[in-house]
Amino acid sequence: MSSNNNSLVLDFEKTIVEVEAKIEGLKKLAEEEDVDISGEVSRLQEKLQKQLRLAYANLSPWQKAQVARHPDRPQCLDYIHALIEDFVPLAGDRAFADDPTMIAGIGRFKGISVVVLGQEKGHDLESRIKYNFGMAKPEGYRKAQRMMSLADKFNLPVLCFVDTDGAYPGVDAEARGQAEAIASSIEKCLKIKTPIISTIIGMGGSGGAIAIAAADRILMLENSIYSVISPEACSSILWRSTDKVKEAAEALRLTAQDLKHFGVIDEIIPEPLGGAHRDPQGTIEKVGDVIFKHLKELLPVNTEELKKSRTAKFLEMGRHLPEN
Amino acid sequence: MNWLTDFVRPKIKKTAPIEIADNLWLKCPDCGQMLFSKELKKSMYVCTRCGHHLRLFIDKRLKMLFDNGEYSEIALPHLKEDPLKFKDSKKYTDRLKSYRKSTGSEDAVRVAKGEIGGITTIVAAIDFAFMGGSMGMAVGEGIVKAAEICLKGNYPLVTVAASGGARMQEGILSLMQMARTTAAINQLKEKGIPFVSVLTDPTTGGVSASFAMLGDVNIAEKGCLIGFAGPRVIEQTIREKLPEGFQRAEYLREHGMVDIVVTRQEMKDALVRVLSILTHVKPRINTLALENK
Ligand SMILES: [Zn+2]
Repeated sequence: MSSNNNSLVLDFEKTIVEVEAKIEGLKKLAEEEDVDISGEVSRLQEKLQKQLRLAYANLSPWQKAQVARHPDRPQCLDYIHALIEDFVPLAGDRAFADDPTMIAGIGRFKGISVVVLGQEKGHDLESRIKYNFGMAKPEGYRKAQRMMSLADKFNLPVLCFVDTDGAYPGVDAEARGQAEAIASSIEKCLKIKTPIISTIIGMGGSGGAIAIAAADRILMLENSIYSVISPEACSSILWRSTDKVKEAAEALRLTAQDLKHFGVIDEIIPEPLGGAHRDPQGTIEKVGDVIFKHLKELLPVNTEELKKSRTAKFLEMGRHLPEN
Repeated sequence: MNWLTDFVRPKIKKTAPIEIADNLWLKCPDCGQMLFSKELKKSMYVCTRCGHHLRLFIDKRLKMLFDNGEYSEIALPHLKEDPLKFKDSKKYTDRLKSYRKSTGSEDAVRVAKGEIGGITTIVAAIDFAFMGGSMGMAVGEGIVKAAEICLKGNYPLVTVAASGGARMQEGILSLMQMARTTAAINQLKEKGIPFVSVLTDPTTGGVSASFAMLGDVNIAEKGCLIGFAGPRVIEQTIREKLPEGFQRAEYLREHGMVDIVVTRQEMKDALVRVLSILTHVKPRINTLALENK
């Protein structure tokens, strides 16, 4: 998962990666030849920091979309491994199948019993195929509903890690009622009497994302995106062209900063310089801390009150927008 | 900030229905038969040759559902327009203007109050003619307001869906309508107020994946397209061959997603029966026998 030689280089990261490679090369040389190059390394590291700051200070929405989809970006299972103790993965919708995409289970988060949900996309081709590229099927959303019922029954807060390009658009998914599965999953999110916190850790892809994100608190990593449609699909539908992705990403206002502005999300979680994929461990810890802060605020709230204010939050959403 | 405390009594207004002229020829999109508009009006826009249900004008739809075609329309609150300042090849505000002109509606939803089989009912109908019935803030607000009135007056709610999905031009705010409308419907369900979802051609995307699939009873109009992803998206992205009758109302019923499929002629009767039984009220009109074909 660390940035290795095979990892994807984003367009705007090319010079950064060149400097990173130089530093690596020098370090290797120093080990082999036993020479002191610390001066050169620190000079390069300074240069690297400067370039990272430069590149990441003004990422365009399209560049953020690329960072959000970076294969080395920490994913749902990485968060679970690092943040959830005694995790028990739970499978199946008790009706048709288990959807491997929708990760579900119970465990302890900083000592508190919780239910965990999220989509896993996979880091390489093999795992991507296993997880169907992060696109859940109806059985995945029904598994999510089952988990939320469990949470409701045993008074377990629900933590969702949202990372999907969208729900799976296939014949089998339609046959088993993808629309109903998503609708009912949203309904379930709104119905439960236990805190639910959803964090958009990468891609918040439309209906497939909101199905597990109609939450008390919606958090978003700084370079994540959350949108009704992908920039690619939007470009091809509205511009009738595949090369207007930058314009589409711009127009859709899909960045964490935009969503905070519209009052759709509650907090932006800052990423390490150079994006989450440069420091997965640091990112995961920070996300854990912010989730814990919100969980501590929600835990004392009366369960009926919690549900009522969640309903009110969504009914009010967008009714009083700020002036641009 | 509670949405119930700032309840404003809705203004009632009447609008002049927009309809096509009597002397036009229309081609059946299914069998290709040329149909005379005067005849089509009599057949409720059902092809006299093959039985294909053509898309219905929103005013016709509302008239068809209410007793004697009588209803009063409920004015919806105005929300901030074009929150994203969205522009593709055309400005979103310009698109809105031209659709308002061509449909006579403010946006793609109409909320009406009237009697169905003598039962006072609120109907929120989506107008496909207005930007493909896409759901943005205004449509969401229509559903929320309709549910609010039902909650206050203890009226059953009927939604009529005809939508391609979310309104892209409103970005994330259009996506949030899935949660907004679901939250509104949830409140009715908790109070035991009936919610009947009528699905017509087409019901896809964000509308099918939210309130339209959550009816206590889901009634679909014969042959209509219902799905999450549109058939073209599935064909293009997955490269799968679509089975015969895929995503049609009958297919959805077979797969357990809708309760009953009815012809346009049967729709009103089906609604009267369902509403009267769920509300324990004897209907004021007789209904025809229904069978699930
Ligand atoms: Zn025909």
